[in-house]
Amino acid sequence: MFEIFGIPSAALFGQLLIGLINGSFYALLSLGLAVIFGMLNIINFSHGAQYMMGAFAAYLLLQYTGLGYWPALIIAPILVGITGIIVERLFLQWLYKLDHLYGLLLTFGLALIIEGLARTNFGSAGLPYTMPPSLRGGHNLGFMFLPNYRAWVIVASLVVCFSTWYVLERTRLGAYLRAATENPALVRAFGINVPRMITLTYAFGVALAAFAGVMAAPIYNVSPQMGSDLIIVVFAVVVIGGMGSILGAIITGFGLGVVEALTKVFFPEASNTVIFVIMAIVLLVRPAGLFGRRGS
Amino acid sequence: MKRVVDPLVGRLSAPRSQSETIVFIVMVAALIAAPFFAYPLFLMQAMCFALFACAFNLLIGYVGLLSLGHALYFGWASYLSAYAAKAWGMPPLVAILIGTGTGALCGIVAGMLAIRSKGIYFAMITLAFAQMMFFFAVQAKFTGGEDGIQAVPRGHLFGLIDLRNDDAMYVVVLAIFLIGFLLIYRIIHSPFGEVLKAIRENEPRAISLGYKTERYKLMAFVLSATLAGLAGATKAIVLQLASLTDVNWPMSGDVVLMTLVGGLGTIFGPVVGAFTILAMQYRLSSLGEWVLVIQGVIFVACVLLFRRGIVGELANILRIRL
Repeated sequence: MFEIFGIPSAALFGQLLIGLINGSFYALLSLGLAVIFGMLNIINFSHGAQYMMGAFAAYLLLQYTGLGYWPALIIAPILVGITGIIVERLFLQWLYKLDHLYGLLLTFGLALIIEGLARTNFGSAGLPYTMPPSLRGGHNLGFMFLPNYRAWVIVASLVVCFSTWYVLERTRLGAYLRAATENPALVRAFGINVPRMITLTYAFGVALAAFAGVMAAPIYNVSPQMGSDLIIVVFAVVVIGGMGSILGAIITGFGLGVVEALTKVFFPEASNTVIFVIMAIVLLVRPAGLFGRRGS
Repeated sequence: MKRVVDPLVGRLSAPRSQSETIVFIVMVAALIAAPFFAYPLFLMQAMCFALFACAFNLLIGYVGLLSLGHALYFGWASYLSAYAAKAWGMPPLVAILIGTGTGALCGIVAGMLAIRSKGIYFAMITLAFAQMMFFFAVQAKFTGGEDGIQAVPRGHLFGLIDLRNDDAMYVVVLAIFLIGFLLIYRIIHSPFGEVLKAIRENEPRAISLGYKTERYKLMAFVLSATLAGLAGATKAIVLQLASLTDVNWPMSGDVVLMTLVGGLGTIFGPVVGAFTILAMQYRLSSLGEWVLVIQGVIFVACVLLFRRGIVGELANILRIRL
């Protein structure tokens, strides 16, 4: 055991690990927001609620069908993705011609509905979700204790984030998507079904949120307000990173998680607000965000 | 082809008419008569929220800027006003002025940082700042944390009239509400207000005409924050309470909902919206969490079907300006 700046190493690395975990969720959620925004020009305020839906879907799958963590990790995002398709077809598609603000307002309303329904059915207190047996326990690395599940969350979210980045930036499908973002009319003229692509993009972004929700379920309690607490911080992350870039969203997410954790070690009173303070500074220095382009 | 209804874009002014004056007189008469029919405390609270919504509407309805963090100005004004009245023993009007000043100050700081961005960025930034100040309110000693500042003394107006009497308090709140309302009306119809509307319609064009639009937008933002502060400060004295509810994000959501229901960019809309939503919250309070669901449904319905809001739809049918 050794000390760094008067802090025991185990405590410091323990906080750093928590920071990376939070960062994984920031990254997954801001990635989903960025993907949706790129295609639909809508800021999905219900993203937090859909993250919460993912956690509840995992909980309900375990409760009523006995399906555990691993199936839930696949099924819950698909189920929530399907609700995303319904939401897009039923509501969002009518708003594309209007000011972007209406999309924000509509999804804000949806978030209230989802959170309200969750509260009426499950109460405000959290529900526990047991960790999968295969990921219990942990390893002693000498300078700190590394729980297996936490390591898994970081690795899994890194893999998902970078696969998303790869698909969008390096494949043919990604090229279609990016082209449709630039000029939907022209891409349509080439015979690509842009409206369907938009629907599926929304479903994918929402599914990412649900995936994050399932991963969060064993760490935090499954509770109706777990999403709304998180989403505002994620908004700040998005503002800091800038909307334009997928890679930017990932890096900013992880980076801010770590910064937040370090603040918790050295200056605990500011740990809740540090991300917002960073946002204020970034706005002064680079109004378009760290990775954003001016005018986007 | 069906025209896209979007009250934020290209709303042509109806020919000038007496309609606004007539409706204003009706509103004042109704507010004077109302305490004989309804619970005065509810009416006073509703007037505070109506002023809050009007202040918010000044920004979204006339400049086209959606602030998702107006609870910040409302809530912090409420805290400072309550603290001044309770801990410093300030008379009520001074306490309200201190609260209003707090709203203005917060508006200047947040506005300078947020005003350079537009659209949804602006909305996210204002929301994030409001959340930051919410966390400050949770941690600060003087706010009383979860308990808030309770049992705030209403005090005596000019040292003479005891405001513990609801009738006297009602008159004061009505006066504050009307002053705020008329001020907003004056702002909207001033040359300054015309520039704001020009910015809403076409900002690049306003810039090309030589207007320093960022200054105008900042000014509108600070005015809106100040008036939201006035509403919050008054509310703290009326209800004798300032709490975390006032600074938390659902409060910002409530004021958006009130304005949306009443009608964005209409003068009387926010007032109607505030009374409607607050009455609904009172009526349905026994339903508990379902209120959240119902509010969400109203949000969705307003955005999809009634983008003009109650007053906007009415004005459209009657072809007058409200």
